[in-house]
Amino acid sequence: MSNADRPPATAPLDRSDNRLRDDQSFAGAFRAFLDRVRSGDLGMLPVAIGLVVISLVFTALNPVFLAPNNLVNLLFDCATVGVISLGIVCVLILGEIDLSVGSMSGLASAIIGVLWVNAGIPLVFAIVLALGTGALVGVVYAILFTRLGMPSFVATLAGLLALLGLQLYLLGSTGSINLPYQSELVRFGQILIIPDWVTYGLAVLPGVAMVLGGLGTNRQRLAEGLSPIAIRLVVTKALILTAALLFAGWYLNLGRGLPWMFGLFVLLAVVLNYGLTRTKWGRSMFAVGGNREAARRAGINVKRIYMSAFVLCSTLAAAGGILAASRLASSSQQAGTGDVNLNAIAAAVIGGTSLFGGRGSAWSAVLGIIVIQAISNGLTLLNLSSSLRYMITGAVLAIAVIVDSLARRSRASHGRG
Amino acid sequence: MPQSNPAPGEPILRLRQISKSFGAVSALTDIELDIHAGEVVALVGDNGAGKSTLVNILAGVHQPTTGTIEYLGQPVTLANPSAALGMGIATVFQDLALCENLDVVANLFLGHELSAWRLDEVKMELRAWALLSELAARIPSVRLPIASLSGGQRQTVAIARSLLRDPRIIMLDEPTAALGVAQTAEVLNLIERVRDRGLGVIVISHNMDEVRAVADRIVVLRLGRNNGVFTADTSHEDLVAAITGAAENSVTRRQKSRADRDGGAAHEQR
Repeated sequence: MSNADRPPATAPLDRSDNRLRDDQSFAGAFRAFLDRVRSGDLGMLPVAIGLVVISLVFTALNPVFLAPNNLVNLLFDCATVGVISLGIVCVLILGEIDLSVGSMSGLASAIIGVLWVNAGIPLVFAIVLALGTGALVGVVYAILFTRLGMPSFVATLAGLLALLGLQLYLLGSTGSINLPYQSELVRFGQILIIPDWVTYGLAVLPGVAMVLGGLGTNRQRLAEGLSPIAIRLVVTKALILTAALLFAGWYLNLGRGLPWMFGLFVLLAVVLNYGLTRTKWGRSMFAVGGNREAARRAGINVKRIYMSAFVLCSTLAAAGGILAASRLASSSQQAGTGDVNLNAIAAAVIGGTSLFGGRGSAWSAVLGIIVIQAISNGLTLLNLSSSLRYMITGAVLAIAVIVDSLARRSRASHGRG
Repeated sequence: MPQSNPAPGEPILRLRQISKSFGAVSALTDIELDIHAGEVVALVGDNGAGKSTLVNILAGVHQPTTGTIEYLGQPVTLANPSAALGMGIATVFQDLALCENLDVVANLFLGHELSAWRLDEVKMELRAWALLSELAARIPSVRLPIASLSGGQRQTVAIARSLLRDPRIIMLDEPTAALGVAQTAEVLNLIERVRDRGLGVIVISHNMDEVRAVADRIVVLRLGRNNGVFTADTSHEDLVAAITGAAENSVTRRQKSRADRDGGAAHEQR
């Protein structure tokens, strides 16, 4: 683009329309945030409110809830289902669903137990095979959906039963295989903690990346004649985030510290977030989820996008199953059953990924699973039975879906898609 | 696009004996159509004349039942929309086909983003502004989701998108139906600018004044068949006659009765 192509306006190219309100200042940013919330673009707000309420209620009932070591345990538990939830985010963005992630994670944990402990195959190969099985299951779902036109919830519901059957078959009559306690896998799931100074380094990293990224973008935008983004806002956000993360790191370090397993989970979320927001693949995912026909006419290979999402979802479910096996030090018939499925889906929805497709973020899985596990953990501390836990988690999921669908209706009437 | 553009006046696209039937209904019968580089062809016809079917065939959405399509002298099949796009036939559909949850920039570059593994948002935004200002578009910000734009603004985005990839032929299905006065004029200007760049333009429209203002040739379809090719200086009456199939038709009857009434009224006043 040469300079001659640009209008000789004094305002930057993207600021020349006087109908556009300037939301660059702090007050402006706050006003824009209020507008978004009012029109139904809730983002992370329900999670933030949920976490505060949960902490207050459970701490009042049992002060142990906020003890550093309880929070460390909470993060260990978050990582297993959270990884599964990352995959759920992918299929939800397309407006589809995978109901078999629980069974898939159980099958993966059975594969680890049978191949590694019983058959003596090296752990690395067992893990690769378990992940490969997940990928294969995803391919089958994608073919059933795109070629045979089977609705994804039916295909994966059938998969739920079939994979559970395979898990029971693999485990055989004993029903449970214990993983060796001294192995790296089990230590990873139960003991390994990131050293203090690394934790503080990691806490500072996102803020630094935000500021550097903002400065880089601004240099490029100014060079091209576009208005700069509000760097003051970026710096403020980065400072608040860094302060919050440093405090969290310090608090966790009062106990055992930040688990490596949670670090792995966050790393996966960072990678998925990059994929969804900064690559052509991610753009295509949101396009297919928003308007499948428009995406097809734009030349996007819609079938390949569906394939990528289903494969990613099943593979991440298998990864979550492996982490769950390492956390429990066993592969059992109970792995992946019960509330695993719904917790993974609920986490994504509570975090702000829409069940109706076209909206979502990798971070919704991270924040959502913390809410879900906090509820589960708090109820366990109160010595409530699993029957009550199931009922309460079910109610939380129902509330999350109601909020999602009301917000969607409001967005439609406010022109926010 | 791979080869260089053909010189103005050279044929880009030739349709020969194109027929399309949906079950027992023949939507198109033996259609002949030539599109040359650097000309605007208007496709007119009444409802049900087969205009949309023809557009869908050229866009790769439908396949013709019989007949041949020659593109740059080579017989081709347009098996799907991306084949047509890849060949350089861009279409702006009447229903626009935009993703409402994505912003203007994302829609413009959908499927053809700059740097696939590290989206270059600044370059894309800049190109979007350049394209939209070329169209004199009144869009406040390219970072707004399509859902918050008006019908006319969406039309502008759809047209801008089709131009983004330097097509050889651009097809516009009722491009100005939802536009305001200024935007309509801008789109007509744009059509001429695109033609002067050496592209072939196919415009479908019901607005006869607009058609005669911009088209080099006017191809009339009637009940799925060719019904004559006219030039811009053809009179309104002749065009209407070709479209409706008779010199004596409901439009002329209406004009006649109206003229009689006006004449009578004027007479009484005197």
